[in-house]
Amino acid sequence: MAEIKKKVHFIIERQDGPNSQPYTEEFEVDYRPALNVVASLMEIQKNPVTKDGKKTTAVVWECNCLEKVCGACMMVINGKAQQACAALIDHLEQPIRLSPARTFPVIRDLAIDRSVMFESLKKIHGWVDVDGTWEVHNDAPRQNPKTATIAYEISRCMTCGCCMDACPNVNQSSEFIGPAPIAQAHLFNLHPIGEYQKEERLDALMEKGGLASCGNSQNCVQACPKDIKLTEYIAKLNRDTNKQALKSLFNK
Amino acid sequence: MKKKIIVVGGGLSGLMATLKICEAGGEVELFSYCPVKRSHSLCAQGGMNACMDTKGENDSVHEHFDDTVYGGDFLADQTAIKGMCEAAPKLIKMFDRMGVTFTRTPEGLLDLRNFGGQKNKRTLFSGSTTGQQLLYALDEQVRAWEVKGAVKKYEFWEFIKIIKNKESVCRGIVAQDMNSMEVRAFRADTVILATGGPGMVFGRCTASTICNGSAVSAVYQQGALIGNPEFIQIHPTAIPGSDKNRLMSEACRGEGGRVWVYKDGKPWYFLEEMYPAYGNLVPRDVASRAIYDVCVNQKLGINGENKVYLDLSHIPADYLERKLGGILEIYTEFVGDDPRKVPMQIYPSVHYSMGGIWVDTKHNTNIPGLMASGECDYQYHGANRLGANSLLSAAYSGTVSGPEAMRWAKEGEKGSELTDEELAKAAKECREEYEAILKMNGTENAHELHHELGEVMNKYVTIERVNKDLDYCFDEVKKILKRWDNIGIVDKSNWANQEGMFARQLRNMIIYALVVTRAARMRDESRGAHYKREFPTRDDERFMKITVAEYDQATEEPKISYADFDHSLVKPRPRNYAVAKKE
Repeated sequence: MAEIKKKVHFIIERQDGPNSQPYTEEFEVDYRPALNVVASLMEIQKNPVTKDGKKTTAVVWECNCLEKVCGACMMVINGKAQQACAALIDHLEQPIRLSPARTFPVIRDLAIDRSVMFESLKKIHGWVDVDGTWEVHNDAPRQNPKTATIAYEISRCMTCGCCMDACPNVNQSSEFIGPAPIAQAHLFNLHPIGEYQKEERLDALMEKGGLASCGNSQNCVQACPKDIKLTEYIAKLNRDTNKQALKSLFNK
Repeated sequence: MKKKIIVVGGGLSGLMATLKICEAGGEVELFSYCPVKRSHSLCAQGGMNACMDTKGENDSVHEHFDDTVYGGDFLADQTAIKGMCEAAPKLIKMFDRMGVTFTRTPEGLLDLRNFGGQKNKRTLFSGSTTGQQLLYALDEQVRAWEVKGAVKKYEFWEFIKIIKNKESVCRGIVAQDMNSMEVRAFRADTVILATGGPGMVFGRCTASTICNGSAVSAVYQQGALIGNPEFIQIHPTAIPGSDKNRLMSEACRGEGGRVWVYKDGKPWYFLEEMYPAYGNLVPRDVASRAIYDVCVNQKLGINGENKVYLDLSHIPADYLERKLGGILEIYTEFVGDDPRKVPMQIYPSVHYSMGGIWVDTKHNTNIPGLMASGECDYQYHGANRLGANSLLSAAYSGTVSGPEAMRWAKEGEKGSELTDEELAKAAKECREEYEAILKMNGTENAHELHHELGEVMNKYVTIERVNKDLDYCFDEVKKILKRWDNIGIVDKSNWANQEGMFARQLRNMIIYALVVTRAARMRDESRGAHYKREFPTRDDERFMKITVAEYDQATEEPKISYADFDHSLVKPRPRNYAVAKKE
């Protein structure tokens, strides 16, 4: 008996450019085991025809690694911001709705402009100040393996923006830098050399758009595809900034 | 005036070179397909080799050097490898100062693990996302220089080609903004290509979608020589997938993973039986061939399919979590089974290119003013790369190419700077080529054609190579090249047009596929990752030479010749992982 070919039904929100009106197009892709959203979009590239048989352009989106490490392919899938490469069709209700994460400016279709996240890493002093790449004939300080484990957890942040999209306080009219860059500040504060710039980082977080803009909705920690305990680190930084604010008050 | 260096590619090598240039007082314009923090270096999982000798094994830099030469089946420049192995511990200390979250011993020192082709623990790691952590450290340092104004990033820009001045010296590039589609020409004192490997030429592989080798192919068509292109590493343990093959790190075997299939109803640990000295930790080419043989020739794959077991289920779950956490997540996520409980099912996949742009030991190409470093060069791995030597060669090559780019910028015979007219002319040519692509109205779909290219390359130019098949494959690829002319572009938009850009990349990929195939056809021996049943042994007399491929404009095919290289430090000896390595 011939098997009936199962189809996967997509409703994709498209947009030709940053200032164009969004519209939707529907597509059908042949089902296969372990199919994910990126692989489905690749099938559409090979045959860019809508469900109704209308020829159209391939959907534009961003992807690189397809292993949930690079952070590129974040989009909103059935209402939730996530990595499209790790979104398996078997786990999704159909029709599958894809739209761009509108917390960020849309470039085209599902491709968005997340440059603000990389800019925020500059604001929070997101690096360890080393003298240079040359040899200093000294080892870096030892680290408590437990602290190193926490640092490793935060350092897996792939700047995908899921937490930003989930946060009610991050939007194009707010200055809030959002959960991901805030947690990164804690990462560098944990490092025995990075700690030397802890004050600068905390100062930055006390400025407009910093920690005070967090409304504690706790959405970020739910949204993080890497299970980084974002709220815990935001709370820790809140305590650190309070301490620093008090200290500078007394030192005046 | 400050020296201006263009770096194309923001992976580990490009970023390392960028830092060195900034420290030497130069300015960098950094071009990348993507935000550099998303570069493919982050897919490296298992670790980075460096002789730290902190496990009581009397490890030595010489042993690292010798393992690398032996692992590469005596086809890599030995002086270059020596320099790399000597620098490795210093690089690790640099990364540690920068804040890389290396996995630590209980006393807070850097931990080490085993890896393939080496008997001592020599691999530094950060869980199972070492590449991600190393890349991020350099990304952060480059960001600091960006704030200081020494680096200007052109992210979401595609490199199209280099521009030579009238003295035939590379003095700039043409690139295209991937959103506005603006084509623009840029001046430079030196250009470094650090654009990674050509995995996408094989369609499905472990590489990121951006690893298409397009930039390498572009400069090859402008006269850059390619070295050892036939040496393509097939990683033994990947999860086969229809969109990509996802890597399962060699660290699985390093941490005690065992490879087996059922034979006569009982588990058969074939690597342990075939190679008692190294067991599951034989180098990748050896393991891949064994798995291929067991599945394809002996038909013993799982349920008759091309798959074998990679088993971690005998190792305590908390140990696995600490050492391999990240990749076990990948397996669970994409396959649905928990590797802590059931054996994984894996099969070899195209993974890495040992070959690439020919460079000298300072990473200069044969085109003055153009340099190459990282996976896109051919330098450090010979016929087979050892696991955890790629992060090392990527970072190390940047520490060589960066300073050399500055030296050239100051002292090189650069000839005249590009005039405004020359820049405008180069940009105009590229713009016209691009517009011609957009006008293409044929019947072929570029993505479908790419799929066909990948199928044929995967079938004929991977683990086992047969001369008549390679001849057939070459003809097939030529046909695909011809069919490229009949592509139809549906998307005529002048904004973020991925289809148009992909068509241009595809042509470069096809041209590069011809290079790999022809070079494989002509090397009648077996060495490292290059294996021919018709010529099952290494033939040092004829082929202890590097393959050099030169583009022939008239035929669009490569002209292959062979060149000597520096193997002055250790004498070649047979490579046999069934017994302990002897010197």
